[in-house]
Formats: sequence, C-alpha cells, structure tokens
Amino acid sequence: MVNIKIEGISYQVEEGLTILEAAKKCGYEIPSLCAFNHGECSNGSCRVCLVEVVGARGLVASCVYPVNEGMEIIISSPKATEARRASVELLLSNHNINCQQCDKNGKCELLHVAGITGAREGRYQGAKTPTTYDQLTPAIIRDTSKCILCGRCVARCQNAHGMGILGFENRGFNTIVAPAENRSFLNSPCIQCGQCVSVCPTGALMEKSEIGRVDAAFKSGKHVVVQTAPAVRAALGEEFGMPVGTAVTGKMVAALKRLGFHKVYDTNFAADLTIMEEGIELLGRIQNGGKLPMITSCSPGWINYAEYNYGDLLDHLSSCKSPHQMQGAILKSYYAEKNGIDPKDIFVVSIMPCTAKKDEKERDQLQVNGLKDVDAVLTTRELAKMIKRAGILFTRLPDEEFDQDLMGEYTGAGVIFGVTGGVMEAALRTVYFVLTGKEHEAIKFEAVRGFEGVREASLDINGMTVNVAIAHGMKNAKVLLDEIRAGKSKYHFIEIMGCPGGCIAGGGQPIVRSCFLPYEDDDILDTYKEKRAKALYSEDERQQLRQSHKNTQVQKLYDEFLGEPNSHKAHELLHTTYQARVGFSD
Amino acid sequence: MAHINEAGVKKINEICERYAGEKTPLMMILSDIQNEYGYIPLEVQQIVSQKTGISVAEIYGVVTFYSFFSLEPKGKYVIGCCLGTACYVKGAQQIIDKFSEILGIKPGETTADGLFTIDALRCIGACGIAPAVTINGKVYPKMTVDAVSSVVNEYLEKEGK
Repeated sequence: MVNIKIEGISYQVEEGLTILEAAKKCGYEIPSLCAFNHGECSNGSCRVCLVEVVGARGLVASCVYPVNEGMEIIISSPKATEARRASVELLLSNHNINCQQCDKNGKCELLHVAGITGAREGRYQGAKTPTTYDQLTPAIIRDTSKCILCGRCVARCQNAHGMGILGFENRGFNTIVAPAENRSFLNSPCIQCGQCVSVCPTGALMEKSEIGRVDAAFKSGKHVVVQTAPAVRAALGEEFGMPVGTAVTGKMVAALKRLGFHKVYDTNFAADLTIMEEGIELLGRIQNGGKLPMITSCSPGWINYAEYNYGDLLDHLSSCKSPHQMQGAILKSYYAEKNGIDPKDIFVVSIMPCTAKKDEKERDQLQVNGLKDVDAVLTTRELAKMIKRAGILFTRLPDEEFDQDLMGEYTGAGVIFGVTGGVMEAALRTVYFVLTGKEHEAIKFEAVRGFEGVREASLDINGMTVNVAIAHGMKNAKVLLDEIRAGKSKYHFIEIMGCPGGCIAGGGQPIVRSCFLPYEDDDILDTYKEKRAKALYSEDERQQLRQSHKNTQVQKLYDEFLGEPNSHKAHELLHTTYQARVGFSD
Repeated sequence: MAHINEAGVKKINEICERYAGEKTPLMMILSDIQNEYGYIPLEVQQIVSQKTGISVAEIYGVVTFYSFFSLEPKGKYVIGCCLGTACYVKGAQQIIDKFSEILGIKPGETTADGLFTIDALRCIGACGIAPAVTINGKVYPKMTVDAVSSVVNEYLEKEGK
C-alpha cells in the first residue's frame, strides 16, 4: 500500500495502480477517453485524463502514471480542468460532428467527456485529416472521420485474436487507424467479429444497420418471422438500464410481438436441431474413421478465420450450418409447407449478439433453391433501437412466451449455446445419451465450463474415452489448430467460438462502459461476461427439458419431414460447405 | 503472393532469421529489406508477418511512419531534401519546389525513366549546413535554388543524357 493525497485528502491505495485507477477507488472519476480496461489502448494517447501532480514537471496523463508514496494529486485545479477541456476540444476540432445522425448517439464517450469537461465545438478551427468511409462488408462500417486514434480497436483485435487487422498508418496529422493499405475490411483477412466495434469509444466503428431492411419487409407485406439467439436475452436489458446479467427472455418476446413480427421463435430450437445433426455427425466420424477432431461451426467469425488461415483444415469443420441458418432453412421449407406460405414471401430476421452473422447470411453456400436462409440480421443493439423507436417501455413489459407451434420448444441445452463451452456441453449431453442409452446423471458437464482461453476434458463414456477441447478468441483457437496441423491433436471434438467468452460477449452485444452504467461495480468490464453467462446457465436450469434429443418438436420435425439426423434431406437443408480464401485480395 | 519469386521469398526469410534472437526485430528486418530491394511492398510485408508473427497492419504502420521506408520502388537517384526547421527557414521549400519543377514530379514521386525520386525529409541533423540536400548519400551543403539545375545535370550527364 502507498499513501497518496488527492485534493489534499489522504488515502491509502494499492501499489502499482495508475493515478486514474487509484482515484476511482478513492471516489474520483477523472474524465478519460482512450483508457480502457487495464490499459487496453495505445496508452496515454488522448490526453484527456491530465491531472496535476505536485512536484511533477507539467501535467501528467493519469491513465499511465503510477501512484507512488507521498504523491499529491490535484484533479480540480483550473490548470488541470482547462487542460482537459482543451484536449477534448482539440479532438473535436478533427472530428466529424454530426451527432444526431450518428449511430453511437447516446453511447458516445467523446460526447460524454465533452459534457464533463465543458468542451465546446469550434474553439480550434482548421484542416481535417482526409477520411475513409468503408461500408463494403455486410457487417462493419469504419468511418475514420469519427476516429480519435485511441487504439483500443488495434489492441482488442490483437488481444482477442492475435490478428491485428487494424493498425496505425501514416504519420502525424495524416495518421489513421485502418487495415494495411487502408483497405476495406472486405479485402483483408478481417473475420468481422465486431470486437473492435465493442470497444470503440465513438462512432468510428459500428455495425452496418439492417433496421431499414426489416422496415421494408414489413412495408412490402412479407410474412416476417423473427428468431432470437440465446445470448441476446442475457444482455438486452442493459440497453434499458437493467442490471448486467438480467435475463429478459419474456420481455424480449413481448417487445418483438409489439414490434409486429408475425412469428417470434427462439433460435434455441435450431440449436437443439444442430446438436442432433452435429452429435450424429461426430459419432459417425468417430465410428467410421472420419476426419478428427471435428470442430464446431456455429460461430461465423471462427468460420471466416478458418477459411482465411487454415484452408488446409476445413474438412475438420462440422458441415452443420449455424443454428440461425438452420432455423431459416426450416422456416422456408417445413414451416412454409405447413402454413401454406410461399417461401418467397417469408422474411426471416435473426436477432444476434454478433456482427459476423450479418456477413454469414450473405454466403452463397447458405441458400436453398436460390433463397437465402436468413434475410436480415439485427444485433442486440439494433433490436434495442427498434424497441426505443417504437416507444415501448421495455422494463414495464409483461413476460410473454415464444410462439409454440412447430418450432417453439427448446431445451436448456440450446440456451447455453451462447456461452463458451455451451455447444460442447449440449453436444456431450446428447452424445452421452446416444452412446449409453441413458442420461448423464449430473446433466451438466462442469469440466467444460469456465472462461479459461483453452480448456480440455477427457470423458469416459461407456468405455470410450472422448477427448474434447474448447477455445474462444482466435488467439486461443490457433493453439489447437496448430496442433492439428502438426498431426499432434489428441482430441475428438473441439468447440471454437470467435469472440472471447462466446456469444454473450459478441460484437453485437450492448456496449459495456462504466461511465454509462453508474449502478454497476467499477470492475464491470471484468465481470460482465460471467454475469451474462450466469443468466444463461440459470435459464438452462429452469428448463424442464435440458437435452436436445428430448425436444419433442425436433423429434416431430424428423418424423414428419427430415427423416433422421444426417439424412439426405437434412444435408440439403441443414449442412453447408467451406472454401479457403486469400486474406489480402485485390 | 504471385509477384515474388521463390528466391525472393527465401531471401526475405533469411533476412528475418538474421534477427530471430532480437526482442524487437522489425526495424532491422525492414531496414535490410529496404536496402536490399529499395522498397517494401505489401506482399513482402505479409512474408515478414508470417515469419515474425507481427501483424501486417503493424508492419504497414511502421513502413508508412518512417520516411526511410518505401512502398514503391524508388528511382536510381534519390534526392532527399531536408525540410526540417533550420533548412526550412533557410529556404528549403523553394529548393524542393525547384527540383519538382525541373523533374516534373512531386515529392514522393519517381520520374518515368526511373532515374530520380524526390523525398521530403524531416530533420536529418545537418542544421549547420542548412539547407541540406542528399543524393544517394552524397551531401550538398548550403544548397541554393540556382544550383538545383546544375546538380540535376550532374546526374543526367553521368547517365549520358
């Protein structure tokens, strides 16, 4: 512990903290912009967190300056407050200020610190850095006119995936953050996971909104069916001031019904279906000497990564489409047939915690008879915008049920898809049953839970040893993939999720920032994933059915329509192919 | 990576290996490649990235930050005009403008015949002889606008033009 003084008052704080962190613990929030959780940024770049330290030469950037014994810190002096205001005004002088049109409106940290520091637009006038507006991918828009060069996205891409798609380019006033050569994300090996979007303090990186597409579908009189991914319910409430980790399944359904969707389904149904297909595929590979380890294929960010970097290992990927694509395919076949609707008139909207799903739905491989399985993907954030736009007071909604016909049932196994290890656990529940003829007694497989980057487990099922591994974030996945490439992998089954933590922390989820969550603990950036995961695990525990093979509507779908798992028809509708791709294409 | 032949890839890998033990090898690798080939295109950066594990974006950032590195092939003679503070106040801008006028290219560009490239340099540490110009390492101290054409002619004559 060290003794410090802030505004003349004595405090004891842990050694090794920065002034910014120490001040927070003592009850002061120093306005800051680039600083992100534990220094995940280009440290000290924004100059907003300047404070006075008695005896130091000039003002110091509190986000990088460590506290030491006897330090006296002054936050409120005119010298410090004026300097912080000037820093923000300088950032504003090179910023494209069109706040009311900006999709980040309401969650912009630049606007937030401008408010706190009293910065005004227009004090510094001059030239602006030449800008780039990249909207070529279906998922992410990069608008450098809003970029403040904090470097959080650069660090996140590197930390999460070891890829470093984004970097600082050029020098001085011409500096921008971009993929090499200021390329579009489209012509670089970006996996479109949206992790960069989730850390951007401004509107420089945003998902490409498809709200307009959904509006158009309603206008044109289509039969609009919506499905929601498991992770959405664990985070949507945050957009309406509810505590992080509140499961809002019932309110979400109520909101979707009020938004006019003709049918509201849960992608969990298709998650159960995925387990049937993927589980049987795995057993087939094990029993028939197929390619092992088999790797899950639910995460489109991961699929993009595999196609760019491990084109030689694509036959290890499960051929199963991701759940929402399966659901789309079934909606436009089985559901259409049952309801006497022309598949062309069905418009499928997926609410996803993910930006890469926007990209995924455009894949040529994910069409049946020239019809896309899914027509629009909205992120959790976009859904919140639609709810607000419609004037719905979310927190006052009653809890309502998903539509129950044909594909309304889901099991706990489907729910946990949204968290790292969940698909593995769901698959194991069913594989265990198929191999032993009875249910795993504990239901849950504790060994595959948790947030370690790479986890592994060995299970004895009916005398057969099944080795499994789980990785989330491409940096971690790489470890397992390089083992496979070297011929040294001992696993039968691997789950890989693109985003660290899995879908609950996906690139389309609500932005988590202390400054916008005043009622959460200061360490919310360290704890939100666990809180959201807990919401899903407890929904699993509340379900009467917790194994995918027990889903009676899935059973009925096989009886009436698909035949059996991995049948010819199932392959036609529910399976897909992959294609190696060049990272930096012309 | 269609444009680089096998020998080229081998050479770049070899340069990377020279600094395998270094903690921060990137600057040295890029320097050697710049000296060897005269420029560092994206394809080469991708090879360096694969070999070192440093991301392409980061390498590209370093290449575009330092004026010593180049993304395009440079001319046979690289005219470096210092525009640092001391040279600038002594009229370096007029000198670089004169080179541009005579050669018909802007700073950063190369003449069509591949002979000359004009580089605008920041301070090269030769303030005592400002304004300073260097051509392939040869220093022209206290340059004047009037001397520009004779300097260019000196190299044209060398080339028999």
